[in-house]
Amino acid sequence: MADPHALSNSVCIVGVDESDEIGSLPGKSQLTLHLEAIANAVQDAGLKISDVDGVFTAGQHSPALLGEALGITPRYVDGTTVGGCSFIIEVGHAVAALHHGLCNVAVISHGESGRSGVGVSPRRDTSLTGQFEAPFGFGGAPTLFGMITTRHMHVYGTTLEQWAQVAVSTRKWAMLNPKALRREAITVADVLNSRPVVYPFNVLNICLVTDAGGAVVLTRADLAKDCAKKPVYVRGVGESTEHVMLTQMKDLTFSEATRLAGEKAFRMAGVTPKDFDHIMLYDAFTSGPPIMLESLGVAKRGEGVHFFEEGRSTPGGTLPINTNGGGLSYTHSGMYGIFPIIEAARQLRGECGPRQAPNVKLSLVNGMGGMLSAAGTLVLSNETGT
Amino acid sequence: MELDRPLPSPITPEAKPFWDGLREGKLLLPKCKACSHVFFYPRVLCPRCHARDLTWIQASGKGKLHAFEIAYQAFTKAWTVKPPYVLAMVELAEGPRLMTNLVNVEPDPKAIKCDMPVQVVFSKLTEEVTLPLFEPAR
Repeated sequence: MADPHALSNSVCIVGVDESDEIGSLPGKSQLTLHLEAIANAVQDAGLKISDVDGVFTAGQHSPALLGEALGITPRYVDGTTVGGCSFIIEVGHAVAALHHGLCNVAVISHGESGRSGVGVSPRRDTSLTGQFEAPFGFGGAPTLFGMITTRHMHVYGTTLEQWAQVAVSTRKWAMLNPKALRREAITVADVLNSRPVVYPFNVLNICLVTDAGGAVVLTRADLAKDCAKKPVYVRGVGESTEHVMLTQMKDLTFSEATRLAGEKAFRMAGVTPKDFDHIMLYDAFTSGPPIMLESLGVAKRGEGVHFFEEGRSTPGGTLPINTNGGGLSYTHSGMYGIFPIIEAARQLRGECGPRQAPNVKLSLVNGMGGMLSAAGTLVLSNETGT
Repeated sequence: MELDRPLPSPITPEAKPFWDGLREGKLLLPKCKACSHVFFYPRVLCPRCHARDLTWIQASGKGKLHAFEIAYQAFTKAWTVKPPYVLAMVELAEGPRLMTNLVNVEPDPKAIKCDMPVQVVFSKLTEEVTLPLFEPAR
C-alpha cells in the first residue's frame, strides 16, 4: 500500500489572501468575492492567473464556473462540498494531484455572500431535514450545534462561563486584526448577558454572518522556491465524514470524523497532537473549538475549554488559538474553512504584525463541515522538519 | 386552522410507513431481520449489517431526553409557534434517536435535564400528518 508519508512536504502553500474587502458587501456578488480572492492570492504567490491549472472550490459555484470566469481551462478540478471544512479537505486533494503531476498550480477558492445574498441560489431542504427536522422547528446550525453543547455540559459539567471564555479569547485576537469585523473588548459577563438566541447560545456564542472570499495557492515544493514568499510546507493532511443528520452522530460530545482526520494528518507529518505552537480551529460556535481539541487528542475529554483560559490561547499565551479572531469575531461567510488556512500560512510566514505569535514553526488547522459531521485537518510548517 | 409549523416534506416512499403509523397513533421503527438492529431514519438497507431484509416494529414510545435546546425565536419562515419552545433529541428505548419537541414542560434550563425519561405524545397536524412529540414521563 502506498505510504501517505511520501506526500509529506512535497507540496507548499505559496499564496493566500482574502477578497479585496470582507464584511458587509451588498455591492458584490459571491462570484466577485471568488475572483477577487483568487487574483489576490495568485499575486501574493508571485504567479499569474494563467499559471493556474488546477481549480478547487466548494459551495454553490462549481470549479467549472470559476475556470470559465477566470478565462482558463484547468486540467484538474475538484468541487468536494461536505460543509465549511471542504477547503481544508481540498488541500489534501491538491497535495495528491500536485504530487502526481496532475496539475502544477492549484488554487482553492471560497466566495460567499452569506450576509447580503448577492448572486446566491436559494437553498433547498433535503428530504431528510424536511421530514425529520423542519416540522419540529429546526432550521440552521444554531438549532443543531446546541444539542452537541448541552450534551457536553451534561456529561462533563462544562459551564456557560467556560464556553464564554472561548469568545473572549478569540475577541482578544480580533482586536489585533484590522480586518476583523468585531474589535471591541468583551468579557465573560458580556457573553452571558448578550441576547439569548437558543439555549445554550447567546448571540456572542455564535459566529458572525458576513460576505467574504478567500483563496489559497499551492504548488510542488520544487516549484515553490521560485514563488514570491517563503513556502509553507503541507506536512500532513487528513479528512473524514461521520454523519449528516445529527441523530446519527455516535457520541454527541466527540467527533469521530475529527479524530480520524487528525490521526491521518499527524501520522503523515510524523508529529503528535502535543507538538503544535499555533492552532486554528473552525469556530462557528464557542463550543466547537474545545470539542475539536478533545477529538484531536490535544486535550483530554471534557478538558478542551481549559485551553481558552487567559494566558493559554490568548495573545501572549502559551498556545495561541484562532489568532485571526475566528469566525466569532473576524469573519464567517458561511463556509469558513478557507480562512484558518490563510491565517496559519501568514503566521508561519511571520507577517501578522501586532497579532504575530512568537516563533511559530508548526501550525495545526482543523475544520468541521456541518455539525462536526465532516472534518479536515492540516499540519503546516515553515520548515520540512527532516 | 393555520398551521404553526411546516409539514414534513417531501414524505419519501421509504419513510411512508412511519408517517402512516403516526396517523394511527403508532410510532413505527425500521428493524433489520438479519441482525435485529432497530434504526431511524428509514432507509432501504440496514446501516449496521447492510442487509436489505427489513421490517417495522411498533416502538414503546418511551425514551430519554438525549439533548435539548430552548429556542427564543423562530428559525424558519413557516414556524409561528410562540417562543420559548424546546427543541429535543430523544433516544428511544429501542435505541434510535430522533429530533422532536419536548412539550408540557417549563421551557427553562433548570426544569429540563439530559437523560430525563420522556414519553411520546401524538400531535395531529392535519388529516394526513401526525407528529411524534415528547413530554416528561409520568
